[in-house]
Amino acid sequence: MPVRVLVAKPGLDGHDRGAKLVARALRDAGFEVIYLGIRQRPAAIAAIAVQEDVQVVGLSILSGAHVALTEKTAAALRDAGADDVLLVVGGTIPQRDVARLEAAGAVAVYPTGTPLETVVESLETLTRAARTS
Amino acid sequence: MNGEVRSEAGIPLATSYGPGDLPRPEELPSPGTFPFTRGNFADGYRGRLWTIRQYSGFGTPEESNARYRYLLDQGGTGLSVALDLPTQCGYDSDHPDVEEEVGRVGVALDTLADAEILFDGIPLDAISTSFTINGTAAILLAFYVAVGEKQGVDRAELRGTIQNDILKEYVSRGTWIWPPRPSLRLIADTIEFCAQDVPRFNAISVAGAHFRDAGANAAQEMAFTLMDGITYCDEVIARGRMTIDEFAPQVSFFFYTHGDFFEEIAKYRAGRRRWARIVRERYGAKDDRSCMFRVGCVAGGASLYAPQAHNNIVRVAYEAMASVLGGVQSMFTAAWDEPFALPSEDSATLALRTQQVLAYETGVARVADPLGGSYFVEALTDAMEARVVEIMDDLERRGGMVDAVESGYLQGLVADEASRVQQAVTSGERPVVGVNLFPTDEAPPEVEGYELDETGRARQLERLAAVKRTRSAADVRACLGALAKAAARDDDNLMPHLVECAKAYCTVGEMVDVLKDEWGEFQQPTVF
Repeated sequence: MPVRVLVAKPGLDGHDRGAKLVARALRDAGFEVIYLGIRQRPAAIAAIAVQEDVQVVGLSILSGAHVALTEKTAAALRDAGADDVLLVVGGTIPQRDVARLEAAGAVAVYPTGTPLETVVESLETLTRAARTS
Repeated sequence: MNGEVRSEAGIPLATSYGPGDLPRPEELPSPGTFPFTRGNFADGYRGRLWTIRQYSGFGTPEESNARYRYLLDQGGTGLSVALDLPTQCGYDSDHPDVEEEVGRVGVALDTLADAEILFDGIPLDAISTSFTINGTAAILLAFYVAVGEKQGVDRAELRGTIQNDILKEYVSRGTWIWPPRPSLRLIADTIEFCAQDVPRFNAISVAGAHFRDAGANAAQEMAFTLMDGITYCDEVIARGRMTIDEFAPQVSFFFYTHGDFFEEIAKYRAGRRRWARIVRERYGAKDDRSCMFRVGCVAGGASLYAPQAHNNIVRVAYEAMASVLGGVQSMFTAAWDEPFALPSEDSATLALRTQQVLAYETGVARVADPLGGSYFVEALTDAMEARVVEIMDDLERRGGMVDAVESGYLQGLVADEASRVQQAVTSGERPVVGVNLFPTDEAPPEVEGYELDETGRARQLERLAAVKRTRSAADVRACLGALAKAAARDDDNLMPHLVECAKAYCTVGEMVDVLKDEWGEFQQPTVF
């Protein structure tokens, strides 16, 4: 069974080059990718994550609103009873915000400049660990 | 590898070029002469230097106003207004879904009251203002006209540009609101309105820049942009109320300049020539000014990298020089720390200084089209134009830009190219210093960046509430009602109605919602 990953852009930021590249790289690495597109509400992301039974939700945010949007998405996942879903976040994220995102519920953070292969390897490791735990 | 060398857009390059690669002299007339390959003006930048226009806008209208006054004091010659995403997407600052985005990537404008503060003390008859605004461009234009009136500046004196290019939003930038067809109608309304009432204002800046930043190469960027330009002109011409010469001089263009130095120069020269021919041949323009391809650009964007980020200062400087050798009319230079955050005042000032050194110290602005007649540059200009025409023909065959957007075809082309470039960087086929060449382990810099002032949002909400309390509810109802009625008809220009709404202190969200009720919303294809 391939690992199912949902990739989405919460908030209003439309810069989707990174999200699409990550979606492709994950698909090429054998993940089953559901790409939701831009301007997604946190509640909608959580609802689809449940409906599609994904193991990972990946958010891409370049607008600077990453902390609030990650908090909201994590809360929406909890409300939807999907707190076992792994939440990861990438985008224009200054180093000083990485810890804040982790505190908000992200299990991994991929700031600008993270190589795609690092993202893929990280998700392979995280999902393997989640399955065996 | 077969040893063949190609430009970034894939144009094969010879080892060297010679006299046989030059066009015939009659095909390469002087600068300032149709088809303007060698530039729009006979005197190049001697008559007027390019406009140094740094994109900026933060938080509240008060903060942005202070930043604009600072930039003008430092020798900036035009304003470039960044709006926050709620304003760009048509939501008011008090909308529950957008609270974390208020004032974040630009200034929040909800009503005319905000616009009055934004331009306080800035003489609108003396400077030009460029707004990066698309979905709500018509509304921002209405605000600008109304602020001008308050300052006692006649709308005929206003100078500036609204981006107002919705087609590329569906593909790459994402601030769409309504579906393509009614959006095209609103854009045609703004073009007509500017031609009649605001003649020194560019009604549209057809932007390839965002295709480029989303992944398109230089040839695709130019081809998609020219196709969008044709789509907008067709829309106005089809109404049968205006000739091309009545509005084409108010159409401008906007691009990214990335790292392939000569290809970027060739791109601007080829684009000028192609557009001039389209305007004359397709639309029968009689006035050469209609055929001019007026271009603004950004040096930076996706050509900047996070590792060894200070290298971005050098990248931007080369890109800025290519832009000027390509003959652009205005430029924004990005700050080196933009891969991490909004620029700090220091990095933004350094970006401004980069242009000033280029303009005043290097001498590149002394002679019009200094590279004209270069064997290589002329050959590359021809090759670039041929590639652009090929891509445009493909899109025409597929039914034009609206079909290509609605089907997701264009989104697919851009994503494919982004993926190809990513693989080329990963494999090392495309060298990037600090990324796949000479990498180091240095940690990302602790950028100073810009800290959003949380009290700013509170002030913004207070002002919005105060405006809603004090405005005339009857006027608001009447103006919005008239807007709805006009939107339901095809032959009523919406701009005068939007100006009335602005003057009655209707909010951006109220105007947008009225039009959503008439026109619906865009449904995005999710191609990756």
